[in-house]
Amino acid sequence: MQKEETARDAAGGRLSIRNVTKIYDPEGVNVMAVDDCSMDIAAGEVCMIVGPSGCGKTTLLNAIAGFHSITTGEIYLDDQLLCGPSKPQASMGADRIVVFQHGALFPWKTLLENVAYGPIVQGSMTKEQAHALGKVMLEEAGLSDVADKYPGEVSSGMARRVEIVRALINSPKVLLLDEPYRAMDALTKSIMHESLLEVYDRTKVTIFFITHDLEEAIFLGDRVYVMTTRPCKLKKVVDVNIPRPRDYKILSSEQFRLLVEEAKEAVHEEALKAFQAGERELA
Amino acid sequence: MTEMVQSGHDGPVVVRRSRLKKALSNVKFWRGLIAICVFLGLWEIGSRWESWFGVAFPYVGLIPAPSAVGLAATEVVTKIGYWTSWVDSFKRVFVGFMAAMILGIPFGLALAVNKYFRGIFFPPFEILRPIPPLAWVPASLIFWPTNEMSIAFVTFLGAFFTIVINVLGGARAIDVRYLRAAQSMGATQWDLFYKIILPGTLPSIFTGAAVGMGITWEVVLAAEMISGGGTQAGGGLGFFIWNSFMGGSLEQVVVGMISIGIAGYLSSSAVRALGDYFMPWRRLF
Amino acid sequence: MSKPTGLAYFWYTLEQRMATPTPYLTMFGLSLWIFTYWLLCEGLEFWRFGKIPGPVTVLTDWFARDPFQGISIFKEEYYIHIWSSCRRIAIAFCIATGVGVPLGLFMGWSKAFRDYTFPILEVLRPIPPLAWVPLAILMFSGFETPVIFLATLASLFVTTLNTMLGVDSIDEEYFRAAGCLGSSKWQIFTNVVVPGALPFIFTGLQISVGVAWFSLVAAEMVSGDYGLGYLIVDSFMNNVTVPMVIGMLTLGLVGWGTSVMVRQVGRQLMQWQVKELAQQDR
Repeated sequence: MQKEETARDAAGGRLSIRNVTKIYDPEGVNVMAVDDCSMDIAAGEVCMIVGPSGCGKTTLLNAIAGFHSITTGEIYLDDQLLCGPSKPQASMGADRIVVFQHGALFPWKTLLENVAYGPIVQGSMTKEQAHALGKVMLEEAGLSDVADKYPGEVSSGMARRVEIVRALINSPKVLLLDEPYRAMDALTKSIMHESLLEVYDRTKVTIFFITHDLEEAIFLGDRVYVMTTRPCKLKKVVDVNIPRPRDYKILSSEQFRLLVEEAKEAVHEEALKAFQAGERELA
Repeated sequence: MTEMVQSGHDGPVVVRRSRLKKALSNVKFWRGLIAICVFLGLWEIGSRWESWFGVAFPYVGLIPAPSAVGLAATEVVTKIGYWTSWVDSFKRVFVGFMAAMILGIPFGLALAVNKYFRGIFFPPFEILRPIPPLAWVPASLIFWPTNEMSIAFVTFLGAFFTIVINVLGGARAIDVRYLRAAQSMGATQWDLFYKIILPGTLPSIFTGAAVGMGITWEVVLAAEMISGGGTQAGGGLGFFIWNSFMGGSLEQVVVGMISIGIAGYLSSSAVRALGDYFMPWRRLF
Repeated sequence: MSKPTGLAYFWYTLEQRMATPTPYLTMFGLSLWIFTYWLLCEGLEFWRFGKIPGPVTVLTDWFARDPFQGISIFKEEYYIHIWSSCRRIAIAFCIATGVGVPLGLFMGWSKAFRDYTFPILEVLRPIPPLAWVPLAILMFSGFETPVIFLATLASLFVTTLNTMLGVDSIDEEYFRAAGCLGSSKWQIFTNVVVPGALPFIFTGLQISVGVAWFSLVAAEMVSGDYGLGYLIVDSFMNNVTVPMVIGMLTLGLVGWGTSVMVRQVGRQLMQWQVKELAQQDR
């Protein structure tokens, strides 16, 4: 176990979030999205962030990805400063790739062109090399049939899988997933989960996964971080010790049920708070 | 593993940032102001180039300088003929535009709701639509007994096609779910039309009206310029421009252009304001 | 489940279409319209309609070897008029697109650039292109350049604004995704901004070609030596009404043709959208 950890560390992907605070001020109204949040994510960990809708989880992800600045605090990736007091906004880079909630495959490129996009623009491969590698990777993911289709022609589940391939082709250190399966039905979701686990077992990439689905979080994650409602803070950490590779049988296991029980109360409490806060705002 | 430590932040940070934001919104305003000043300055320099350096600046050198235009404007606004031109043009625009609205909206709605009506009347409409409104001017001059009526007719045509197309598109784009929801609550055919289709089409009607208003001004201007028919005492802004051009007063031509720009802008703003008034649910956004 | 192709597909769609009342209604509508036109202008010569040439007169002249009033499909002059107008439109449209699209793209892309240019555009835009006629005549000598200038001006505003709105319409997530994948600013411009704005650009171009015809006709009517607008107004001056109507109908046809061409080019360039829409229909 110890050895494996070191090997993973060498590959990189350790994410360290230290006392991060983010205050938005739309028209001077003070909205605190993230309040003094700290967490350490080991290299190769599947880290699941669970919290009520609109609690500021996405703000955290945006700060890591470099879409937003942070107000105070620091974020490190493998001891390298992404953002901090001297540099409020991280620069975007192919070491941290986001998979978006509604999907952001370029509709004007075929799936293969989408996958090959990263290496080409980074200049690390020629167009031919990138297309060849893209084909191989799509085939590994069982998606070679649709390589020449446009994103608008395939189902959202397939598009999301391609989007993960598009991220992985750059060998990122961290994969940032922002509720990627939110709009899917339960059956599609379960297929998505299996394919994501398969990808993880193959690559052991660090995964920062935002969701509000507790069972999804425990099924996929090594560690589940339950967040409070806005402002976003860490409320509870649940370690998931279910061995990998996992499959759908564990969903009915006693261990899984106990873990859900353990986290559920904390999540429910926050959801209720968020709901009541929403009620107040509307009244 | 790090457990969360809570700490309270508020106050000073926020105040500084919102002030920054205010300054940012000002930046846009200042940039716009600078741009327009630079634009006017270059124009002024360009048209004065010849008197300073002896050689005419290409193109811009032939246009009167903004300062000269301003001077001409102060003179023009004291003349009664200029203002009657405003009134005349506005009258024509109003007549043509209202006629297009009164005939165009029911026609567009009828095309949208009735399949047979659409089958019969849409193809001829589509054949006539690509003909630019101004190509109708001579035919209209032959047909209508007076000049005024032919200008009104061409103006009407210009706005009519745009309004009908927008109404038709808007009414056809109404979400079927609204119709089904209303039907499931027991709405009659008349209710469907009056409570769903009509308000659902309002945004498109006003979009069409705004575009149509722009076209109306262009057509009125052109019709006035082509048909002539005005005197010193008035006759419309298009005639004012043409007359000034023939009289060799370029400053007045530019004054006329700016006047037409202002008139067109005022009319579109009026349409927009009406739209806001009739569509309170849109004001929220 | 193979889709029928080629001729079989054509017959299939034709059969499908003939099963609906639409084609019969269309034919009925067109004949009704032409009949009314004929009745008013030729059959009854009702009121002032008698002054307008009816469909029979127009068609016989249009397709006659020796037209009574000088213009038909066998006369070289007819094609000179069409050619002059089309050439002017082509030049004006190319200039307006070549300037307007890049201008709009940069205005959408760079906030500072927009802040500086947009106010000027907004100040100039309410002035109808036709109000520029005197200045155009003054600034550019000859017949040709002023006419082209006016048509260009009209298109330019439409193209620029639609392109800018097109860039505004692109979802923020595409920019972020491209940034994540390591694109430089310029790569984002070519890979996200340009294709993302294409649908709006082509909507704009279709409007712009229509507006160009609009201004062109007006400009040709005021000052011109050839062209369809000139043909119409010249016939009017010489009291020959048939060429006038032929000119109007030709304008409609040619204008419609150019708009179809623009749409087809758009469909070719935006295969992704065509396929997506086809998917939604099924």
